[in-house]
Amino acid sequence: MRPSNKLNALLALFASFATAPSAAMTTVHTEKSLYRNILVYEEDGQRCMSFTRRNQTARQTCRSLADPDQFVFTYTRMMMGALYLNPHPREILIVGLGGGVLPTALVKMFPDTRIDVVEIDPAVVKVARQFFGFNPDRRVEVFEEDGRVFVKRAGKSGRRYDLIMLDAFDHEYIPEHLLTQEFLSEAKTLLTADGVLAANTFSTSRLYHHESTTYQAVFGSFYNLRVALKNRIILIKIDGLPPLDTIKANAAALEEKLKPLGFGGDWLLPLFSTERDWSPDARILTDQYSPSNLLNAAD
Amino acid sequence: MLQPLLVFLIAGWSGFLVMSIELLSGRILAPYFGNSIYVWGGVIAVFMLALSVGYLVGGRWSLREPSLRRLAALLIVGASATAPVIFVADPLLDWLFDRIQDPRYGSLASATLLFFAPTVLAGAVSPYAVRLLVNRSEQSGHRAGLLYFVSTFGSAAGTILTSFYLVLHFEIDHILAGLIGISLLIGLLALSLGYFGHAPKQ
Repeated sequence: MRPSNKLNALLALFASFATAPSAAMTTVHTEKSLYRNILVYEEDGQRCMSFTRRNQTARQTCRSLADPDQFVFTYTRMMMGALYLNPHPREILIVGLGGGVLPTALVKMFPDTRIDVVEIDPAVVKVARQFFGFNPDRRVEVFEEDGRVFVKRAGKSGRRYDLIMLDAFDHEYIPEHLLTQEFLSEAKTLLTADGVLAANTFSTSRLYHHESTTYQAVFGSFYNLRVALKNRIILIKIDGLPPLDTIKANAAALEEKLKPLGFGGDWLLPLFSTERDWSPDARILTDQYSPSNLLNAAD
Repeated sequence: MLQPLLVFLIAGWSGFLVMSIELLSGRILAPYFGNSIYVWGGVIAVFMLALSVGYLVGGRWSLREPSLRRLAALLIVGASATAPVIFVADPLLDWLFDRIQDPRYGSLASATLLFFAPTVLAGAVSPYAVRLLVNRSEQSGHRAGLLYFVSTFGSAAGTILTSFYLVLHFEIDHILAGLIGISLLIGLLALSLGYFGHAPKQ
């Protein structure tokens, strides 16, 4: 082999690394927190946060390194469907920070909006700031505490939000006190008269049916957004679910704002459904009965 | 022969009871003070403290006329002291929630008010039971070992059954009521046998 061939082979080898980086997952940061092991890694041109080592289904957050504004996960995109129910929320509460993708995008979209974020794990807040560009200004306030405690206290002090986003669950463990009829009722009292609630929930286990009947018991009907074998997003408006025509009109008005996130109405609108595809007699989850993790482990 | 069996039954069941209630206490506190690591820290600390006081008290009580009847009464009173959890937990926790901002001290105060007294009585069962089982000093280690085995085995069973199965089928209050009911049954059974049976030798 002539030297130039050798060089070419070497270059080809490098090139193959460059174009197929999936073979190379680089660990950026690991951290043991009070609640879990946090892993930050880069792969396929994305930086991801995971709570379970090398488990792709347990990714909490991913950002595209080339285009950090873009929403990588379908579930965060579906959460933004809440804006189709209220296109301009001014006071927002987000329970569960992850990498801070939702609050980061929302303050960019709405300069006059205030956001409260509740995250139980201080280490997650630190990692979001350090590795996921979560640099909130004065319009975003982060509370490091249990979501249930925050919601109960906020309700007693009379605080109100136009939009509440519940995103406190991962695939491994569910805080069971955040999935009960009583908790949802407390969250409901935090909503303004035309407030909207968006919840990221489970769709692949027995828990799906119990969650559905619980949300239905508290809020009545809701839009149910599902992508096969992935998350299910529940969208609620407490003064009544707007008809699809209103949803479509709001979607059209938001098209420009959502563009930088990498999706729009043509992707999101077809997912809006009011079909009740769960068994209606699934037992409602309450503070007295909430074996969510056991139900999630069952098919 | 029946008396030692009943003593072991009471000790084992009391171990079951304590751990089952401890697990449920985390659930009962969560809607008010959350599920953070320090809430569990508060709960466990209160239970341990109550048990330690219970050992002290139970040992003391065993000095004066120990009998199966009194051991049975200990179980009955201890289980009954759990009943308020069913009826006053929510208003009490709500009251504490309004007064204590920090969930660490909130959970500590709640666990103390709701669970300290019944857990002291449950803790008193073990040393008292040892006294009823020991006649000669050379058997004391052996009997105490057996007693610890039964009581801690009961604790393990209470932990597993409650967290794996009971919460999947029953409401918290129903589990508590069931635990109290079984305690009363065992207590009354031992009480009646204590009356008709022989008093232990001093």
